[in-house]
Amino acid sequence: MKSAVLVFPGINRERDMARALRLASGNETAMVWHAETALPKGTDLVVVPGGFSYGDYLRCGAIAARAPVMDAVRDFAAKGGLVLGVCNGFQILCESGLLPGVLMRNAALKFVCRDVHMKVERSDTPFTRGYNAGQVIRVPVAHGEGNYEADEETLKRLEGDGRVLYRYCSADGVVDEASNFNGAAHSIAGIVNERGNVLGMMPHPENHVEEIMGCTDGRGLFAGLVQQFEKAA
Amino acid sequence: MKARVTVTLKSGILDPQGKAIEGALKSLGVDGIASVRQGKVFDIELAATDKAKAEAALKAAADKLLANTVIENYRVEVLS
Repeated sequence: MKSAVLVFPGINRERDMARALRLASGNETAMVWHAETALPKGTDLVVVPGGFSYGDYLRCGAIAARAPVMDAVRDFAAKGGLVLGVCNGFQILCESGLLPGVLMRNAALKFVCRDVHMKVERSDTPFTRGYNAGQVIRVPVAHGEGNYEADEETLKRLEGDGRVLYRYCSADGVVDEASNFNGAAHSIAGIVNERGNVLGMMPHPENHVEEIMGCTDGRGLFAGLVQQFEKAA
Repeated sequence: MKARVTVTLKSGILDPQGKAIEGALKSLGVDGIASVRQGKVFDIELAATDKAKAEAALKAAADKLLANTVIENYRVEVLS
């Protein structure tokens, strides 16, 4: 799998992401500066990492979403290429119009930095094939604006089409108000676009991939992506 | 030419920051506050001298960047 990680000023999770991708795929990852107008040839997966691009000025992800490289990402996605956005990357994908909806300030107004649980809703997608449907995984979150909101019509479509891939839940898999720590609509942690090739998620699976991190629940996402391209090759 | 773009949250969109400010104003004892919603104001200087052109440029700025029209409305005013 050839992956490319986008780098914007203020992004700070790009190296964690590159490390997780390298561990899963065995290949180096291309780091792509925001001012580039093209992605490296043969890219299979584009990752928009987390951090605070442009200091979250104006709105989270708003300025990064208008960077030159995002036109290349839009073309790549339109051709069916896989795009993964984590945390600030999810916000950037929403702002760029690649995903519907918006990430609002956490309902309790607090920046939340801890491990949470989320449920994998289905396993038949490139982004979840490393897990079983219904599996509960533990992943870190670190965000102040991860409260996913969209209009009723959009939420109905997301649910109806099975496009909510990850949902916040308790340790034993119960989706309830108590486990929905940021107030997201329908406890949404991660969604895909209509075509299913662009995923945005708030939690950081890349920070749970090695024993030393205390948990390896994030591995499934990366292993699944690598499998996807082994199968295709 | 001076102009102002005001961006506000659409009605029905939850505004936790506005709520927190509203609570603070009430606890300060400021009388008669019914509700608060927070928005943004952009003061912009334009090279254009034609009002219609300036308004078109400001509208483009708001649509492309200043407002997220999924959740926000905006108003454009040419001031002088």
